Amino acid sequence: MSTRKTAGESGAGGVAPLLAVDDLTLQYKTAEHLVTATWRVGFEVYQGDRFVLLGPSGCGKSSILKSIAGFLPPVGGSIKLAGVPIERPGPDRMMVFQEFDQLLPWRTVLGNVLFPLLVNRRMDRKQALDHARALLAQVNLDRFENVYPHMLSGGMKQRVAIARALAMEPAVLLMDEPFAALDALTRRKMQEELVALWEEVRFTVIFVTHSIEEALLVGSRILVLTPHPGQVKAEINADHLSFKDVGSPAFETLNRDVHGLLFADKVEAEALATGGRHG
Amino acid sequence: MADRVMPLPIGRPERKVYPPAVDAPRDIARPLTFIERVTNNTMARRLFILVVLISAWEAYSSFLANPLLFPRFSDTALAFWDAVAHGVLLERTFTSLQVLLVGYAIGLALAALFTTIAVSTRIGTDLLSTLTAMFNPLPAIALLPLALLWFGLGAKSLIFVIIHSVLWAVALNTHSGFTSVSPTLRMAGQTCGLRGLKYVMLLLIPAAFPSILTGLKIGWAFAWRTLIAAELVFGASSRTGGLGWFIFENRNQLETASVFAGLFTVILIGLTVESVIFRSIENATIKRWGMQN
Ligand SMILES: Nc1ncnc2c1ncn2[C@@H]1O[C@H](COP(=O)(O)OP(=O)(O)OP(=O)(O)O)[C@@H](O)[C@H]1O
Ligand SMILES: [Mg+2]
Repeated sequence: MSTRKTAGESGAGGVAPLLAVDDLTLQYKTAEHLVTATWRVGFEVYQGDRFVLLGPSGCGKSSILKSIAGFLPPVGGSIKLAGVPIERPGPDRMMVFQEFDQLLPWRTVLGNVLFPLLVNRRMDRKQALDHARALLAQVNLDRFENVYPHMLSGGMKQRVAIARALAMEPAVLLMDEPFAALDALTRRKMQEELVALWEEVRFTVIFVTHSIEEALLVGSRILVLTPHPGQVKAEINADHLSFKDVGSPAFETLNRDVHGLLFADKVEAEALATGGRHG
Repeated sequence: MADRVMPLPIGRPERKVYPPAVDAPRDIARPLTFIERVTNNTMARRLFILVVLISAWEAYSSFLANPLLFPRFSDTALAFWDAVAHGVLLERTFTSLQVLLVGYAIGLALAALFTTIAVSTRIGTDLLSTLTAMFNPLPAIALLPLALLWFGLGAKSLIFVIIHSVLWAVALNTHSGFTSVSPTLRMAGQTCGLRGLKYVMLLLIPAAFPSILTGLKIGWAFAWRTLIAAELVFGASSRTGGLGWFIFENRNQLETASVFAGLFTVILIGLTVESVIFRSIENATIKRWGMQN
């Protein structure tokens, strides 16, 4: 039964999860192979969570996110948003991608933020305009509203994408390594801005990364996945850490612990290999 | 030991340069002189070439003194003016453009239909690629004899060959434009809530617009050349001929200056459409959006 856990049992003080992923198995069929991306992954995301999926490259983080977004139907298990199984992509699960080409090049910055609002007739034009402008101000791009995306830097494009996603006030915001292609300085600035934005708006976000530090800084809860195929390795709280804590003993300890979790397999494999040689 | 790595020199002084060199150019932006500005202007240079060519033409034809074979430029200009003001040139041009626009429009509609079928089914994709592979290498004008057999002398046959020259170029480019829209952009559109017709109209078409525009340009170029060629072949028996017929008719009457005037009109219209109409569409869209290639 997929409803093994009821809200009362789920260990969150009786609050029902917003998004419940249960026994999720994802596979790709190619011409010659059946690739299993994730194997029986389960987790729960609550309202206001900054939920991080952390794992090595190829462990199926993007696949999980695509499945939540509705692009990749599960082979096994289920994904439920507020109790309703996910069937197709929709603006209640806006996604921010890693690539810079996710903005519509034929629309200005403002036009891009307005786009989902108008397509979905969320509000009338006047209201939508005010709303979009307010969000652009929040990501510090209000001076660029009439500029076309090709004239923006990479970091600015990602901020527009975030503003566009937030404008729809999605139930969950999905972010697939949104800062991975940025330089270290811009990246840190964007992480800080994202958390500041969260303090203001309190949205729910699922954030994919393969940087431990980013996971600790951005996340309130971290799901650590094993290498290919992705399985749950651990689930960790990181809500107590902030940017001030970088370099503090608590931060470094957790950093080392997560590092240990991620590379445990390699250590085990090495231990097995050496053990075999000696035995 | 002979090719040992050279050691770095020891004790090189550091330096900070202040104030900057005295002989550096004072005014960073200097207005260009009149000569520099004129020679920098593409239009001016081309105009100069035109003037040289025209003078050469005038000189050679005066020297040849055989208006039947090679009329002087001034005679051609006069003939052009005469044909526009008192003659049938405008009427002929209008007829040509009318036929062309009808053919172009039907060609575009069919291209849209073919592309829709090609994007929505796999067999449709195969159908389109087979047909384009077959018909693209075939010059549309080669179908004129067949068209005459089927539709007789008249606009219908012309429209048939024009459709043929537009359809494949546009369908091929549009389809390849659709298939090369990046997966990220597609997914971004879908998370924004686009589905069905809205997805095509608001995402696929604008995203593929550079390819579509290329198709339109190629289609136009094919159509215009095909039309003039077709009118030359059979304009003789149709009462309301086009521009090609104007050229043919004047050749028969040995009005060589008017033949040149007709050719000049063909060039003029081709240039206007290609470098005024299409160029400004390009500037207002894909150049502005930074979507060129
Ligand atoms: N379209 C596809 N077709 C076939 N296999 C795929 C496809 N997309 C992903 N995979 C496979 O699924 C596995 C998981 O891929 P996924 O992109 O989800 O990994 P990831 O955790 O996001 O990695 P990264 O951190 O490098 O982005 C990989 O082994 C990959 O080879
Ligand atoms: Mg990925």
